[in-house]
Formats: sequence, C-alpha cells, structure tokens
Amino acid sequence: MLKPLDIIIGGVGGQGTILAGRVLTRAAQEAGYDIKVSEIHGMAQRGGSVVTQVRLGEKVCAPMISEGGADFILAFEKLEGLRLLPYLKAGGAMIINDQAIPPVPVLVGAAQYPEKIIDYIRSKVPATLVLDALGIATKCGNPRAVNMVLLGALAGNLPLEREIWEKALADRVPEKFLDANRAAFAAGYGQQK
Amino acid sequence: MNLKLLMGNEAIAYGAVEAGVQVATGYPGTPSSEVLSTLARLALEKGFYVEWSINEKAALEVAAGASYAGARAIVTMKQVGLNVAADPLMTLAYIGIKGGLVLVVADDPGPHSSQNEQDTRIFARFAGLPVLDPATPAEAREMAKYAFELSEKLSLPVILRPTTRTCHACQDIELAEVTERPRPASGFEKSPNWVILPGLALRRHAWLNQQQEVARELLEESGFNRLINLEGEHEQAEAGVIACGVSYNYVREALNLSWLKIPVLKIGTPYPLPVRPVLDFLTRVKRVLVVEEQEPAVEDQVIALAWRNKMITGISGKNDRLVPREGELDTDKVKTILGKFLETASAVPEATAGAPELPLRPPVLCAGCPHRASFYAFKEAARGTDAIFSGDIGCYTLGVMAPLNAVDTCLCMGAGISIAAGLHRAEPNRRQVAFVGDSTFFHSGITGLINAVYNRANVTLVVLDNRTTAMTGHQPHPGVGRTATGEQGIPVDIARLVEACGVEFVREVDPYDLEASINAARAAMEYPGPAVVIMKRECIALSKKQKSYLIDHQLCTECGLCLEDPGCPAIGRPEGRPEITQNCYGCGICAQICPSNAIREGAR
Repeated sequence: MLKPLDIIIGGVGGQGTILAGRVLTRAAQEAGYDIKVSEIHGMAQRGGSVVTQVRLGEKVCAPMISEGGADFILAFEKLEGLRLLPYLKAGGAMIINDQAIPPVPVLVGAAQYPEKIIDYIRSKVPATLVLDALGIATKCGNPRAVNMVLLGALAGNLPLEREIWEKALADRVPEKFLDANRAAFAAGYGQQK
Repeated sequence: MNLKLLMGNEAIAYGAVEAGVQVATGYPGTPSSEVLSTLARLALEKGFYVEWSINEKAALEVAAGASYAGARAIVTMKQVGLNVAADPLMTLAYIGIKGGLVLVVADDPGPHSSQNEQDTRIFARFAGLPVLDPATPAEAREMAKYAFELSEKLSLPVILRPTTRTCHACQDIELAEVTERPRPASGFEKSPNWVILPGLALRRHAWLNQQQEVARELLEESGFNRLINLEGEHEQAEAGVIACGVSYNYVREALNLSWLKIPVLKIGTPYPLPVRPVLDFLTRVKRVLVVEEQEPAVEDQVIALAWRNKMITGISGKNDRLVPREGELDTDKVKTILGKFLETASAVPEATAGAPELPLRPPVLCAGCPHRASFYAFKEAARGTDAIFSGDIGCYTLGVMAPLNAVDTCLCMGAGISIAAGLHRAEPNRRQVAFVGDSTFFHSGITGLINAVYNRANVTLVVLDNRTTAMTGHQPHPGVGRTATGEQGIPVDIARLVEACGVEFVREVDPYDLEASINAARAAMEYPGPAVVIMKRECIALSKKQKSYLIDHQLCTECGLCLEDPGCPAIGRPEGRPEITQNCYGCGICAQICPSNAIREGAR
C-alpha cells in the first residue's frame, strides 16, 4: 500500500516548475503510484504565480490539493512559498528557494515585498529546508537549473529510490541539457534540513 | 503494456488517432491548444492531415468538408472559439455529416485564461448536438474515440467538452498501438441534401429534433454515466448526488474525506441527458444534489424530467443557490456544499488568520518583449493627447498592467480595430489607436480593418507582429508560412495584404528601434485616415538572448525613468538604486530611454 503524497510545486512563470513536475511524476510512475497532476498553462505562465499540483497514492480522484492538504510544498521563490503556506498540512514540510523575484507591483513601488519571509515560514513550519538554489545551480554550470536543484532536494525527502530519479531525468530532460540538470539535481539531493 | 503519463489534451489526441482520424484542424486557445499540437506531432508518422486554421470558423468548415467526403475529422478550439464557429455549426447540425466529426471545445471555468465562462454544454443543446463531458484524462481519451462512432451513427457532429482541470491534468494511460493507417475516405457523393435552402432547412430541422431522442438512447448505452454507492436494485437512500464532468472527482473525494457513503450518479453525457439512469436515481433517493460547474445544464434537465414524471424528489443545486454558478469548484467547496445539503455540521475552514497581506504577482510581458517597446513608443507618441488605445486578445493584453497602462479596451478576438472605429464615430476628434497581434490579425482583425478602410474610419492599427501565436504556446500562422506539421507553406505578407486592403499609410518598424518607432507612431496617428504600423520583431521566447545591459552608477541619476515607464521585470531597485537583473534579454529599450546615457551593453 503506497502512502498518499500530495505535493505542490509553486513559483514564478518561467522558472521551470512544469518540467520539475514532469520529472517528479515520471519517477512516481516508475515507483508504481497512481498519479493526478494539475498544471496551469496560458496567461499565468508569463511571469505570474504558477502552481503544479502533484497527487500520488494507490488511487487518486481529484487533480487538485485542498488547503491544509499538502505533504510537501516545493517553493521556487520565497513570496510564492509564503502564498502557498495555507496549503501545507500540519506536520508537512516546506522546501524553499531563498530567492526573491519581486513582482512588477513591487518593482514599480506600488507594493512592498514582505520582509523576513523565511523566518516567518520557519516559525510556522518546523520542517523547513531553505536552499540557495540559484547559487547551487550556478555552481553546477547552469543558473537555469534552479528547478532541478529544488527537485533534487525534494527527492531526497521522498520514499523513492535514487535510481528511479536518474531514469526519470533521462526520460524528461532534453538530451543537451541533461548533464547540467543531473549535476544540479544531485547537488539538491545532498541538501539536508 | 504502453503506460504513458498524458495530459488530458494529449489523451484526447491519442483517442482521435486510435479512432483513425484523417483530418484535424483548429485554432489555438487555452486550455485546448495541446490537442492539436499533439496531433501535429503524430500526423506524419500516422498518416493523417493536421492544420492550424486561421480561425475556428475556417477550422470547422475544413473539417466539415472532409467529413462530407467521408473522412473522420476533429476540430479543436476553446469555448469562445465556438462563437466564431457558430455560424457553420448551427447549420451543419441540420445538414448532418458523413465521416465522424468531433469538435473538441475546451471550457475554462475560473476562468484561468479566458474572457468569459460560457458553458459549451448549453451551446450543444442550443445547436442540438450531443456533448460529452470527461471527468479525467483517461475518460477524455475514451470519449474521443467514442465520439467518432456516435457522430457516424447519428450523422451529426459531436462535441467533446473537457474543462481546464481535465485538459491540463495528467494521468497514466495505457495506450493502444496504432499501426494501421486511417482508412481512405469513401468520397463525396453529390446530392441536393448538401445544399441548405429554406425548404431543406425546415425538413432537416424536424430530422435534427428527432435525432435528439436517438442520441439520448445511444448515450444511455455509452457507459459514461455510472451509479456508485447504491447496491442492489431496490436499495433506497435519503439523499444522493448527481455529478457532471470533472465535478465527479470533487464529489468522490469530498465524500471520502467526510467518511460519507451516499449514492452518486456520475453523468458523462450532459446533453441529451439519458432518461433511464436519472429517473431510476430519482425514484430511489428522496433528495438529490446536482453538482456541476458553470450553468445548471444537467440540473435543469433533471428538474424537467422530474416534473414531467410527477416526481416529488427534492432537487438542489444552482437553482436554490447551493452550488455556485461562477468560478470553478474544488474538493473544499464541494465538501462545504455537501455539508449544507446534508445539514451536517461541516467544519468550514476559517480564513487563515493573521497571515500577512501579500503582494500579487500578475502575469507580465516578459523582459525584452517587443510588445513592451511598441506600447512604450505609442504612449510616447500620444503623450499629451487623450488618445484611446484599444487592445485585443493575446500576450499583449498584458499591456494593460501598470506601469504601461497601454490597453484601454479589450473585448474579443479581432475586436480592437472595430471598437476603435466605433469610438471614432462617437468622438471624431479623439485619436484612436488599435493594437492587434499577428495571429489575431489573421484570425479576425483583417475584417475590421477592411471595414475601417471602406468606411473611412480615422484610426491607426498597430500590428504587433512577433512572428508567432505566443500566448497559447507559439503555434505558427499564415504570416510565418510554416504549417502545423512543419512544412513550408506560403507566407502571407501582412504589409502587402494591408496595402491591398486599400490602406495608404503602411509602415513596418523594428520595435527595438525606439526613435524610428516613435516617429512612425506619430506619423500614423497624424495621418488623416486609416493607417497601419507593423511592429515586426520575433517573440523573445523563440530567439536566444543576445546580450545584456547594465547600469553605470557613475552616470545614473536614479531618476527612475527606466523603471517607471516601461515596467520591465528585469529592472528593479533591490537596494534602493535601479539595477538590471540577470533576467535582462538585451532589447536595449531602457538604454534608449535613459536621459543620462547610464545604461550600456555589457557583461555583469
């Protein structure tokens, strides 16, 4: 019996949340889970808030996760992590990229980017893992591989074998980016709370 | 076994391939676009034809023609696209079809990426056509296959209506190996029955009405309507739920979460609603809740059925305001609705108390987007005037966002130019500028332009030509001359087309050249009569980043012009003074705006 796992991947349109979700679901498929995924395409992809919801279990009905229902939130950006916080289950874990991407209302001075987001989240969620995913990805030779660093960190916390992830990466990541993405994933995988 | 994780839209495409589809057409529109792009990927290998048509009307007509000759055809569009295809559709229902003809019309409750929440199930009923409403990607694929058979049995087009949460949900699906090429079309047979005239229309209208009952019977046998949690033929229950389409998932899950086991009748074929399973359900439960998104399409038919059969079953749903008519449903909402319906004390989660107010993150034009440069140029040219900027549908609708504030109206595909012409009639002394994307121009903007020329409307049309249909995933269009399946077509030149329409002022400008753009904008707006400016520059998502810019803080006076006017997401004030971030694409507009020449090309 596979324990149900509800995972929310949130970030800013263009950060690669959809690809991270695709690799995750490929791995979950290999591990024998029933899967439902909900993605957002279209207008929000242009730099807006984007969310991919991944639901795994023996048998999954709805493709969406309820508030207070997520076992994991994988936040590609701090503010988006904070926005998704109500979806986290009591006892759930937050894996968050310590990166601020100010939305346009903030850039033009019409709104304030909240301060001390990480402290706030930590105070609410004991199981918070904070990563400098951009720094790690840059070190691995591809600053665009932030998504794979974060996915790697999530993978390190999921009950799936390491080899399954390698296969999923090879299946879902385009050949020419595979090496850099593998390195980024591995670097994320090694991160601990 | 060939198990594949497929998005609902991909699943529909595979279903169509399994049904031996021969011709596939469509116009992109979220959430429908991936159906046709998946078919385009499979077309050459499997041996069928796929085209992106210029609009939904053309798409349906091409598919209808193929069907007249006996080919199986599929047409894809979003809900508002069906309005564009409504003219051929309403009469095609009278004429009927030969080869199976399936319309995939994706609805967008929410709406996530649409200008309205119209319900295609109501449209299907209006047209007299059967509609299938899949709950999951797997069911969408089954329904796609079935729809072709149903269409041929009824000699009618059939509508498959997935919603966003089916289109863009993914699920494991076992695929059948399709090795056979589609059968050859049986051929068009000449007959007066293909030519609609009033006399034929009257006869066919009667036929169409009869077909509703035939369809109802066939749909009863379809297997897409199922009863759960009511075992044995004579078991009765206090309360039950009828759930349509994707709402069925929310109902199941809400019941599971509440540890409730009440009967549920799942409806997958909302129109014509099958009579027997619904009547049977109504006789066995005392009260029924109908859960569906958007309009009470099923609920109203259930009420009519109960009334005609003199049943006293209580029927709840939208008519007694238990189920909302706007927005989309989810498990939480359905849980609350079920709690009210069953009068159980359902714990309604309180809004998260004490959570900080967060700044919104609306979508924006990308860093380096040529549309930003175009809007900026026209705003500069119009500075000090009370010009109205009429917008249209596409990425560039985002020009409405602060600080650009460059879109004053947006209604539907292709409307901008005609709205501008109408505004001109009411306020002849006000400058009117309309913006339209290249794909939208071909879709329905050109008719408005011809109308403006013919009637001598003094308007400026700006064609934002980024060489693609960007918002929906970069589909090609007539202007780029590449077809859906990647073959070379004949590119249609917008400037020559516009000239041929009788426009005397036509300029083509690179929006990255700010001075030339502002000059062209001024000249066009001053020109007495219709003027067209084509702002031509490929979408940044299709071309590699060339360079990036930085701010020389020795020269920067921190005036903020680079930030406050164009609203580029690559420029911010992380530590007070303006900085260009690594998101910079290198369009160079900010460098052209900067009055102190403080922005220059460079590596960071």
